[in-house]
Amino acid sequence: MATTHYPKVYLYRRIVQAKLFIDNHYDEKIDLDNISDEAYFSKYHFIRLFKSIYGKTPHQYLRSCRINKAQQLLQAGKPVTDTCFLVGFDSLTSFSGLFKKLVGISPSVYLAKHQQKKSKISKAPQAFVPGCYAYQNGWFENSNFEEARW
Amino acid sequence: MITKMNIANIYVIDQDSACDFYVNKLGFKLIDDIPMGPGTRWLTVSPPEQPDLQIVLFPITVGKMFPQETADTMIDLIKKGTFGCGVLQCNDIYATYEELKAKGVEFIKPPTKEFYATEALFKDDSGNYFSLQPKEEGNSEDSV
Repeated sequence: MATTHYPKVYLYRRIVQAKLFIDNHYDEKIDLDNISDEAYFSKYHFIRLFKSIYGKTPHQYLRSCRINKAQQLLQAGKPVTDTCFLVGFDSLTSFSGLFKKLVGISPSVYLAKHQQKKSKISKAPQAFVPGCYAYQNGWFENSNFEEARW
Repeated sequence: MITKMNIANIYVIDQDSACDFYVNKLGFKLIDDIPMGPGTRWLTVSPPEQPDLQIVLFPITVGKMFPQETADTMIDLIKKGTFGCGVLQCNDIYATYEELKAKGVEFIKPPTKEFYATEALFKDDSGNYFSLQPKEEGNSEDSV
């Protein structure tokens, strides 16, 4: 078994703890002070180290984490307003603005697109599953696969 | 002319558990989850920054593709850690190693400098293993 020794392991563990803290508390009112406290670092040193590892400042990471979770919730069919508050935003305007900036479309358009896809899937699931996989799972039998497919 | 791969398979023993592992531990995005009758779903995930590659979490269920004997053999081989499923890339291998370990991922090799790259090996919840390597060699040590 190879050695587990590598440079500055404790620094890594502390930065990773801070990242996991964001992952687990993204929906709460957390700010940079909470996050750097979590890693036992001074604020500015912490920001620099975090960015060098994750390519984003803790604040940018928190925002992207919230928007990623928002995408998941919208995909699952949660209304835009509920999603906004569930991922830790206070204002619908700032949520929608940031969502559009990072995802490229507004949350309501995103929700509508996924709703549309869901309804297509429920009507003709075969159209979304490659034929070979469907065949191996016996989907060709007892189904109007060929007609439903494309 | 073939241009790219957009769907790849990973054979898994339990789709629920595999979905939890790939999404909640590895941070992959869930793309499709379409029921296909009892016990089987079309379940695909993508690496976070590579939405055009879907990985099918392909269940070993007894049926056309896997008659009982084949299924038993496949499950046995997967559990034994026979199958390597590829190389996953990360920004910082030490940070990723610490993060995945903190989430309970089983490593069979910690980050180790090899002649080709710094590499770690970990297993998924079924027993398939992956190599984990940093995007650019040499950056990780300098970053902290």
